[in-house]
Amino acid sequence: MELILSAAIGVLTASGVYLLLRPRTYQVIIGLSLLSYAVNLFIFGMGRLRVNAPPILEPGGVGDLSRYTDPVPQALVLTAIVIGFAMTALFLVVLLASRGFTGTDHVDGREQRSD
Amino acid sequence: MTDWLHHLIILPILIPLMVGAAMIPIDERNRMAKGVMGFVSTLVLFLLSMALMRASASTEGFLAGTSVYQLGNWPAPFGIVLVLDRLSALMLCLTSGLALAAQVYSIARWHTAGHHFHSLFQLLIAGLNGAFLTGDLFNLFVFFEIMLAASYGLLLHGSGPLRVKAGLHYVAINLAASSLFLIGVSLIYGATGTLNMADLAIKLATISPENRQMVEVGAGILGVAFLVKAGMWPLSFWLPTAYSAATPPVAAVFAVLTKVGIYVILRLSLLVFGANAGVSAGFGQTLLVIGGMLTIAFGAIGVLASQAMGRLAAYSVLVSSGTLLAAIGLGHSSMIAGALFYLVSSTLTISAFFLLIELVERGRDAGADVLAVTMEAYGDADEDEEVDEAGAAIPGTMAVLGLCFCLCALLLAGLPPLSGFVAKFAILSGLFGLSGAEPSPALSAADWTYVTLLILSGLSAMIAMNRVGIRTFWASIENTVPRVFVIEIAPVVVLLGACIFLSLQAGPTMRYMQATADSLLNPSGYTERVLTAPRMGGQ
Repeated sequence: MELILSAAIGVLTASGVYLLLRPRTYQVIIGLSLLSYAVNLFIFGMGRLRVNAPPILEPGGVGDLSRYTDPVPQALVLTAIVIGFAMTALFLVVLLASRGFTGTDHVDGREQRSD
Repeated sequence: MTDWLHHLIILPILIPLMVGAAMIPIDERNRMAKGVMGFVSTLVLFLLSMALMRASASTEGFLAGTSVYQLGNWPAPFGIVLVLDRLSALMLCLTSGLALAAQVYSIARWHTAGHHFHSLFQLLIAGLNGAFLTGDLFNLFVFFEIMLAASYGLLLHGSGPLRVKAGLHYVAINLAASSLFLIGVSLIYGATGTLNMADLAIKLATISPENRQMVEVGAGILGVAFLVKAGMWPLSFWLPTAYSAATPPVAAVFAVLTKVGIYVILRLSLLVFGANAGVSAGFGQTLLVIGGMLTIAFGAIGVLASQAMGRLAAYSVLVSSGTLLAAIGLGHSSMIAGALFYLVSSTLTISAFFLLIELVERGRDAGADVLAVTMEAYGDADEDEEVDEAGAAIPGTMAVLGLCFCLCALLLAGLPPLSGFVAKFAILSGLFGLSGAEPSPALSAADWTYVTLLILSGLSAMIAMNRVGIRTFWASIENTVPRVFVIEIAPVVVLLGACIFLSLQAGPTMRYMQATADSLLNPSGYTERVLTAPRMGGQ
């Protein structure tokens, strides 16, 4: 479980950073999305991994912390997902506006000269 | 009886949030109505933050010193809290003052350049105020994002290829920085199990070594996110382009956006990594000193190299950030009060300058500045043809604009008698230990480098402002007198007037800053108030 999660975070981050550094706006936005997935998993992991443990109280289980997983990181992830989603949508608009103004999808608004 | 007064603390967030939301359904044709709504809201905020500052400056009575507002009425660290102390009250006051000036300025003309200007403006203020008031790291992230989302919209206000390109870079960089922010916050949570700043400061003192390492890694990553916002050198290449591309009223408010990064670094480094932090005390200070000084150097060179006034102002923002970051990093407790004074004075100046630039440049050729600087390099051809019309009257508008420009130059360069000088003098006298409170410490090489850079950056601002000023105001004035409305020049005059007021009232202002610095350097007062605040309703 730990291995899968850490490998997933690592692969997502690596791909995200690589794409973020690419010159096309579409690559940048996909890179940012992958990076935010990695971050969300990372926040989740920071609450320690527990299998089959709910983050909310059940009737009768009050007071026994060993039966529950930490709810705070899950709340944080939820907020981070919502904010990340909104920001991606906003970036998409800017990306399209830039494409409309410059006629190219290069992040600098013009193609690099090929030397 | 005094219960309702307690809710004053949350109003600086609620008022702009609600007014901003209420304005969205109003049709854009009623732009003036929106403008008036926004103006009233910002005015109320300004008066409110003045009242809050007065209250927190007093030693007794309601809201004196540090006061805590528990959202949801759960005591910290279980519930989330807003904390009002002298520093946050000061920042609230600065923000709403700048916002008021920028808003009045925008009503003359700039708010017609795009949709939803006033809503975005209010939301930006809500985010800023929230970031200054929150006592919790994750809420800081949320308010940061509100502020950033509004700032994306405002940067793009007016549209055009230049702004969209600058906006694209700005959004991408800030989204990446937000990811770092979240990684830092979650590392800190993973190691300490708390997000409350006061609780974090307490827990850090008794933490196990391996967890301490994790907190430090988290704090480092978190710091990078704030330094991107503050514009520290290798992270600041986006800033001049973005700030000079923004419309003037937006750029004027953006001047305080970099100060949010500095505010958080100041707050966290003194609260969490202050004297009580044990092994971690002074974490990251070396980096702040080196980075801050490089930022001053980069900003000063940029100021000299700028051909357009907008870029000159943007590089001045970097100089101001660098000065503050290095002052925080040097870690002399006597310098903090001077640095706070510098923060207020430089932010007011740069905002006024951003507003002034557009007025001066109005009615001139777009490329005139670039041409003028290039011409200077090759020598002027037509210098002696205009001698015969000596004694031509200067138009009144140009006289006012020129006077404002002179004041800006004096303030940016830090020449006496204005507050720019007082601020730098206060920083340096703190550094040399002239205040007499403690014996003068032995100055290290870093201290001397800082002194040199601080003075050289003033010189570079003076040279650059002189050059631009001569080219603009001592040029032939036919057909170049801009049409300026009174409500456009008034905000500039008021902001500069605030700087003059700061210079005249430097004594009382410095006393407030000193009290603020003392409470920051003594974080146990803050943590105690936050963690022991009683629930409302008395149970």
